[in-house]
Amino acid sequence: MKLTDKEVRYVANLANLALTEEEVARMVHDLGGILEHMDRLAEIDTEGVAPMAQVLYEAGETATLRPDVERAPLGNELALGNAPLAGQGYFKVPKVIER
Amino acid sequence: MTEHSIDSVRDGLKRKEFSAVEFTRRAIEFAERENPKTNAYLMLSPERALAAAGRVDEKIAAGEDPGPLGGVPVAVKDVILTKGIRTTCGSKLLANYIPPYDATAVERIEAAGGVIIGKTNCDEFAMGSSNENSAFGPVRNPVAPDRVPGGSSGGSAAVVAQGTAVVSLGSDTGGSIRQPASFCGIVGVTPTYGRVSRYGLVAFASSLDHIGPFARNVKDAATLLEVIAGRDPLDSTSAEAPVGNLAGAGTGDVRGMKLGVPVEYMKHATGETAELISQGIESFRRLGCEVREISLPATDYAIATYYIIATAEASSNLARYDGVRYTFRSAKSDTLAGMYQNTRDEGFGAEVKRRIMLGTYVLSHGYYDAYYLKAQKVRALIARDFTRAFGNVDAVIAPVSPFPAFRLGEKVDDPMAMYLSDIYTITGSLAGIPCMSVPCGNTSEGLPVGMQILCNHFDESKMFRLASAFERR
Repeated sequence: MKLTDKEVRYVANLANLALTEEEVARMVHDLGGILEHMDRLAEIDTEGVAPMAQVLYEAGETATLRPDVERAPLGNELALGNAPLAGQGYFKVPKVIER
Repeated sequence: MTEHSIDSVRDGLKRKEFSAVEFTRRAIEFAERENPKTNAYLMLSPERALAAAGRVDEKIAAGEDPGPLGGVPVAVKDVILTKGIRTTCGSKLLANYIPPYDATAVERIEAAGGVIIGKTNCDEFAMGSSNENSAFGPVRNPVAPDRVPGGSSGGSAAVVAQGTAVVSLGSDTGGSIRQPASFCGIVGVTPTYGRVSRYGLVAFASSLDHIGPFARNVKDAATLLEVIAGRDPLDSTSAEAPVGNLAGAGTGDVRGMKLGVPVEYMKHATGETAELISQGIESFRRLGCEVREISLPATDYAIATYYIIATAEASSNLARYDGVRYTFRSAKSDTLAGMYQNTRDEGFGAEVKRRIMLGTYVLSHGYYDAYYLKAQKVRALIARDFTRAFGNVDAVIAPVSPFPAFRLGEKVDDPMAMYLSDIYTITGSLAGIPCMSVPCGNTSEGLPVGMQILCNHFDESKMFRLASAFERR
């Protein structure tokens, strides 16, 4: 599977990455080579095989459920502690709505 | 410092040769002095370490048991959260991130008397096989300083090999514990998926991520795993399965145990690695094990399957780094979209961007069925290969890596070649079974080679029994 510049830019936009010209050229080359290898999956017959989204093993039906117990949340101050910009108890971001 | 084990620390404390605080001070001084040789620690945490050691001494003074890790210096990979201690994931993007809580594994280590002495270098967001993708510089292999320690948990392997920690925690998504353990000549364990809580492990690929131990011997690795293993309500994928006595699992006889050697693996193995593995298999025969060839036919599709699933999950998990919550925001953030895009472009390194791009592509409209869904089906076939094999054998024996530690810079420009070197470790990761690397010998150049032992889900005891017998051979 060969990738074009245009496809790389489209995917970069979906991934919220502002790639430089140089990075786009490198991605076209690298991703193309990797996808070529991945295309070999078409060879293997998976008719009737259920997709495996999670590791499965013998367990009770409700094994993943925990009791619904109250737990103290992190709290506003700690939650905002690593924000590059915060104030008044909120995360601050650039203006979203233009007048 | 370099000779200590969990048992020797315990004995030293018991015989009053040193207090936990004295031993911790010594360990920190030694790590400070030795670390420039490898760059394996990103940060030491003396304050927290001495506080933990103080609690151990108090317990001992009160006649109480300080716990199975009492006074033992433990290093933690920098993708595992430590409250109040910077956790970078090897990324510029998280260079100043101070977690507000501890990972469950970290909490359990301290509750067992362990002393967290520092955070270790790694490939950015655990993506890499050489530790060269860290924003804070590569790690050098303590055994051969011109070579890589392996990755992504290169720092955690290096500190144990170097002796600047007794044991450490790493994380493994496709081989990131076993491969560096093999390259550095130590023991590294990837437990069954769900055996150890992932709470506080920064997510890379959630259906494949594991936390596991590094140690200089099998018993220490088993002891650390026993401490961190077991159900945690904060990780819904953590398993209820009883953990049992792992620390004592190594003593049993392995006579009559059946081992399978996959034909698909041995056909790729060449040179001294293949020779050493063959000698290792011979040792198992001498220990009384019955060795037979087995087939894992879906192996040839494992690399493609892994790099589709892992990157797809990563592209989703790493969407959270948007310049809003986690420390770094680009100066070019005049608009919201500009903030997202420039923060991510400036903050992530080349390999992380490559994987986000790949993952976004395979999940994008029109390609989901051909790549992601197809990979999930092939993953089921890879897991089925193992289930069938374990109907006939107790364990599978395999190499860890096709070659020993390579030179820094040798493979950094060829991502596909780097991915292909993960062939022996990713199959076990995809199946979610426990697997480990145990030292198997050195090449003529003195480079360590690890042997991999893989067992069925939750059969860690059996795996440690085999590994211990192999270690004593």
